[in-house]
Amino acid sequence: MRIPILKLHNYLLISIQTELDDQTAIQFQEDLLSEIHRTEATGVVIDLTSVDVIDSFIAKVLGDVVSMSDLMGAKVVLTGIQPAVAMTLIELGIHLQNVPTALDLEQGLMKLHQELGE
Amino acid sequence: MGSQSYVTIMKEWDIVAARQMGRDIAKNLGFGTVDQARITTAISELARNIHLYAGEGKVCFEIVESLEHKGIRVLATDNGPGIRDLSQVMEDGFTTSGGLGAGLPGVKRLMDDFDIESEVGKGTKITTTKWVR
Repeated sequence: MRIPILKLHNYLLISIQTELDDQTAIQFQEDLLSEIHRTEATGVVIDLTSVDVIDSFIAKVLGDVVSMSDLMGAKVVLTGIQPAVAMTLIELGIHLQNVPTALDLEQGLMKLHQELGE
Repeated sequence: MGSQSYVTIMKEWDIVAARQMGRDIAKNLGFGTVDQARITTAISELARNIHLYAGEGKVCFEIVESLEHKGIRVLATDNGPGIRDLSQVMEDGFTTSGGLGAGLPGVKRLMDDFDIESEVGKGTKITTTKWVR
């Protein structure tokens, strides 16, 4: 199972619609970094509206991919985290403090525009 | 005591199978979406621990009913290496696998009742329950 990565101008858009197992998550991490490299994207939105479980492993993979992309020079915003997922993550003890987030895809794109000054 | 079902954890995908089964049971029991997410996440952590540290084990689900309330009991058992220092694994941020170390103390916070038994060289048994509010 591979997660599709769409290119829109200088941005990459990802909507995660499948139940994330560990292998899919790791594969996605690799795929995204190579897509950033290939397309020279400056911004990435990962939409999590359809994701109803984020456990500590998936959270680590997502947090890592944000840091990794940052190292490469691309800004990542996570969007659409469900109320139940947000509550569960904090109770689990995962704060994802340095991860930029936005309510939905639209606001995520606005955030990228502002931060990248485009 | 009610019906029981289980998922054998042998490969990574079984973690997903365990949490899907747990979510279905929780949904049918009448848990709300937040509690469903809590239960599913807890199952995911327990199943992953089995996969990571014991290699093989079982996650069992039991519907428990008392006079006042009903709930879901999750039993995660393995015959792995066991845990030498139980107080250490219940500390936030402790990890031997390079993870976030959120696993067991996190599960305890997400669920209502939590019990862990472990014997070095024999295995680990974690019993945790969530009650429908």
